[in-house]
Amino acid sequence: MDETKSAVLAILQDLTGEDVSANMDANLFDEGLLDSMGSVQLLLELQNQLGIEVPVSEFERSEWETPAKIVAKVESMQ
Amino acid sequence: MMSFDPYGNPTYFILLFVALLPLMIGLLYGRRSHVYETIISFVFLLLTFGGVKWHTGIALICYLVYQIVLVGLYSKYRQRPDSPNKGWVFVVSVILAIAPLAVVKITPAVSHGASSIIGFLGISYLTFKVVQTIMETRDGVITEFHPVLFGQFLLFFPTISSGPIDRYRRFVKDYESVPTREKYLALVEKGVRYVFLGFLYKFILAYIFGTRMLPVVEHAALQAHGISWALLGVMYVYSMDLFFDFAGYSLFAVGISYLMGVETPMNFNQPFKSKNIKDFWNRWHMTLSFWFRDFIYMRLVFFVMKHKVFKSRITTANVCYVINMLIMGFWHGETWYYIVYGLFHGFAMVINDAWLRYKKKHRASIPSNKFTEYFAIFLTFNVVCFSFLIFSGFLDTLFFAGRP
Repeated sequence: MDETKSAVLAILQDLTGEDVSANMDANLFDEGLLDSMGSVQLLLELQNQLGIEVPVSEFERSEWETPAKIVAKVESMQ
Repeated sequence: MMSFDPYGNPTYFILLFVALLPLMIGLLYGRRSHVYETIISFVFLLLTFGGVKWHTGIALICYLVYQIVLVGLYSKYRQRPDSPNKGWVFVVSVILAIAPLAVVKITPAVSHGASSIIGFLGISYLTFKVVQTIMETRDGVITEFHPVLFGQFLLFFPTISSGPIDRYRRFVKDYESVPTREKYLALVEKGVRYVFLGFLYKFILAYIFGTRMLPVVEHAALQAHGISWALLGVMYVYSMDLFFDFAGYSLFAVGISYLMGVETPMNFNQPFKSKNIKDFWNRWHMTLSFWFRDFIYMRLVFFVMKHKVFKSRITTANVCYVINMLIMGFWHGETWYYIVYGLFHGFAMVINDAWLRYKKKHRASIPSNKFTEYFAIFLTFNVVCFSFLIFSGFLDTLFFAGRP
């Protein structure tokens, strides 16, 4: 597993309280694991831990709804 | 000259159909004429804001020029290669964008119900579009400003009076392209279905609830003075009227947009099936609640967390819920019942989150089955209907103004 992916998964585990690595295509919003608050925390953690600045305007829910999509999004922004 | 409320009567729909026909044939053959679209927009705007309502037309034009200049200036400032992107410039721009709406909303509260001369139908919805564009320009996701396109985005006539609230980047993508024939035919099919469903909602169901039943239960509730069974009737009948009227209108706006090859987002998704209040706001007046989520709530949370105003995440979320919903209340109008409605939903979100946390912790001991699901829907429905009773202003009439 590469570094970005494990970093993102660690952040998600911290935020949702669950290990999401087994279910990379689960919809985190539908499952009630993420909400607006969680989304903002995710953006802030990405900024603190990985140095990626994601403005709130960039956060289109449908592009960030599964762990796989989040990893892909973060990788595209690095 | 003729003057119409959008989607108000059969004549409006006939005119609309005649005007859209050439445009639809064009789209079917892969052509989009902005000139023709602009002409019919102008005609329909004239039908809404002209005639006896000409002064609101003047107000609309002044508003439009003001906002285009404002967003244009802010955009110019942000797009300078060395733009300092100062916070205060952004804040001043947002305040200036909201100022006309604030005047229109505050005027009736301070001048015994008289409406402001700068007001016009749909000013709130245009203000949402302006403010979000400024915010996205600040964030750097809108990198170019086209005054004409921006004007067309604001004035897109199917949605001008009451939304749904589209987003600039999404709108422009549709408006600047032509759907494939296959895709367009699917849009037309959906659009026509939405318009007919809208007829059922607005002209049959909302008519039954709003025009036939509501006056009867309201009269009975006023006769009974105070809390009564009739008041409960008002609560449910008003809620049904509110939903079918607004969902019907929204279906027209979305359906007509589809016929024009623009996929305006949906506003309602079976809200009375919601299992909790959070779920409700993801299904009720969605373009408004998502607007508040994206442009107020998330930004507020971001700001509060970044500056570590509160230690606890829970406190942060809760304070922001209440502020968010309170602003929504103020947006509806400066009366006690709109503001209480906002606060009510703010606190409902706080309680909802607390329950969700509790449920997560005690997952093993809390039953979850078909019965609990129906109970959750029933409870949410009643909480929501009660909030609409507050919103309706009927309690104001009943308790404060209705006394003989």
